[in-house]
Amino acid sequence: MTPILEVTRVRKTFGGVVANRDVSLSVPEGKIYGLIGPNGSGKTTLFSSIVGTHPIDSGSIKFRGEEVSRLRVPQIARLGLLRTFQQTRIYGKMTCVQNLLISVPPAALSWRSMLARPSAAETKKAEDLLQFVGLHAKRHLRAGDLSFGQQKLLELAMALMSEPRMLLLDEPTAGINPTLINDLIDRLRRINAELGITLLVIEHNMRVVMGLAQYIYCLAHGELLAEGEPAAVKSDKRVIEAYLGAH
Amino acid sequence: MKRSILRAAVLAFLIAFPALLPAWRTQMSYLVIMIVFSLTWDLLGGQMGYNSFGNVLFFGIGMYVCAVVQRDAHFSYPATLALGIAAGAAAAVAVAAILGSGILGLRGHYFAIGTLGLGIAAGELAAGWDFVGGGGGMVPPQYPGALGGRETFFYYLAAALAVATFFTLRWLYGGRFGLAVNAIRDDEDKAEAMGLWTTRYKTAAWCVSAFFLGIGGAIVGNVSGFIDPRETAFAGSTYGVWMVLMAILGGKGTLWGPVLGAVIFHITKELFWTYLLDWQQVALGFLIVVIVIFFPVGILGWAREKWPEKFGHRVEEAKPAEASG
Ligand SMILES: Nc1ncnc2c1ncn2[C@@H]1O[C@H](COP(=O)(O)OP(=O)(O)OP(=O)(O)O)[C@@H](O)[C@H]1O
Ligand SMILES: [Mg+2]
Repeated sequence: MTPILEVTRVRKTFGGVVANRDVSLSVPEGKIYGLIGPNGSGKTTLFSSIVGTHPIDSGSIKFRGEEVSRLRVPQIARLGLLRTFQQTRIYGKMTCVQNLLISVPPAALSWRSMLARPSAAETKKAEDLLQFVGLHAKRHLRAGDLSFGQQKLLELAMALMSEPRMLLLDEPTAGINPTLINDLIDRLRRINAELGITLLVIEHNMRVVMGLAQYIYCLAHGELLAEGEPAAVKSDKRVIEAYLGAH
Repeated sequence: MKRSILRAAVLAFLIAFPALLPAWRTQMSYLVIMIVFSLTWDLLGGQMGYNSFGNVLFFGIGMYVCAVVQRDAHFSYPATLALGIAAGAAAAVAVAAILGSGILGLRGHYFAIGTLGLGIAAGELAAGWDFVGGGGGMVPPQYPGALGGRETFFYYLAAALAVATFFTLRWLYGGRFGLAVNAIRDDEDKAEAMGLWTTRYKTAAWCVSAFFLGIGGAIVGNVSGFIDPRETAFAGSTYGVWMVLMAILGGKGTLWGPVLGAVIFHITKELFWTYLLDWQQVALGFLIVVIVIFFPVGILGWAREKWPEKFGHRVEEAKPAEASG
């Protein structure tokens, strides 16, 4: 199967810090892949490089066969590649429903639609998605008044509203009540299976990532340390050492 | 329901005004123009989070372009005026579109500072350009109708402009345009990450502002009967500052806030001018300080925080189509 995302020898430095050192990974279409690594190992930096937040020093990033490493953030987003943020980003003074209504698919963002009203179908879809992430009762609250965990769920719903082909999720379970994590894992699986969205998930919770991902990449000190099926990565000596050494 | 009654009452008052208080027609013309000032400023400053200190540029452009057309085109008075207003609006929009693609790329305070010089520069340019009368300014042509007809005629034009501005913005805020500019205000990086064409929305918003300000300038040139480059047209230190204050006073990012702010500010200012003789500038400065310190979120914003249930805060926020309508 051809990969939907192919990252080849990507390097990104901040001043003297090498945040990503020749990282290569690829994600096949329709899969759920995991990205793990100790704090500061360069996971978020890699996501930012992929979606065009900052230019990379060298290397190549291909989305659906197209080189995207020179494109700007909104252009990449409109190709159907979205990311959620580790420190959630939502529109704080707008209501939850409004947050979703402005997150419509790129095709609905044409010139003419600037003057459009949200359609009944869009409103229904927004409400359904809020239901899906468990925020339906809060749909008319200001997004900024939600808790951190709820904002994470809202941000996920916003991403789904936009009907991406692939989602990069930066620690989706952070701030989520442990008793609700299983629900969230279940939802992520449904997003993948029912909506056909390819997922690449950064996750610190080992139990979550081992159960969710079909394949895992592990970064340490900006370099790709190990990769493989969950069971193999879990028992990889280097991975265990990297995590123990980091604490 | 209550709102539609309020709207009907305001409309009836505006229509009956020249008959009710004929001596105050010119005053009232300026008041409704103040409403246009604060509403159009709030489109960027309140709804989109881009504080512009250069909006008076579009007002001055509309004023000059209209006056030049009125001077040089030789059709009937109304036809020339209509042409002048249209040309003034078009010129203002064109300048907003060109400037916008550059300056609107700046974020936050940088944008505010970038706009600061616009009005001043334009005023100096106009003052040095003989084609538009240079520092001596311009005098729009005589109104041909009966004595006193001019005041009524231009009052109605100004009032119609204010009403059109209000309803156009209300309509825009109720749709995707309103959602997009609010999203840009709340988190522009997120809006870009979601694939929004942010530059388009920002430029369009500035063009809408410029459109109504351009028409406003064309009208005010005729209301005042004399165009001074720095005092009437590119009046950055008066109109340019007032439009920001009025929007803040009433409540940034709301629809009625700028209207309320403009009415209160204009009346207060005129009372100062009438009763405080030599102290009016000091009193105005003091008022500005009071507004910024005590009403940073504006009257509507403050009242909404104090009595959220009375203002139906949640309900109001609930239906985008009626948000702050
Ligand atoms: N904008 C930046 N400027 C300077 N240094 C940065 C910047 N962003 C990241 N870094 C550095 O790059 C390294 C990798 O950071 P990154 O945020 O990618 O790690 P991470 O794997 O996401 O960590 P965590 O698990 O804590 O989220 C860190 O040393 C960090 O300090
Ligand atoms: Mg991170």
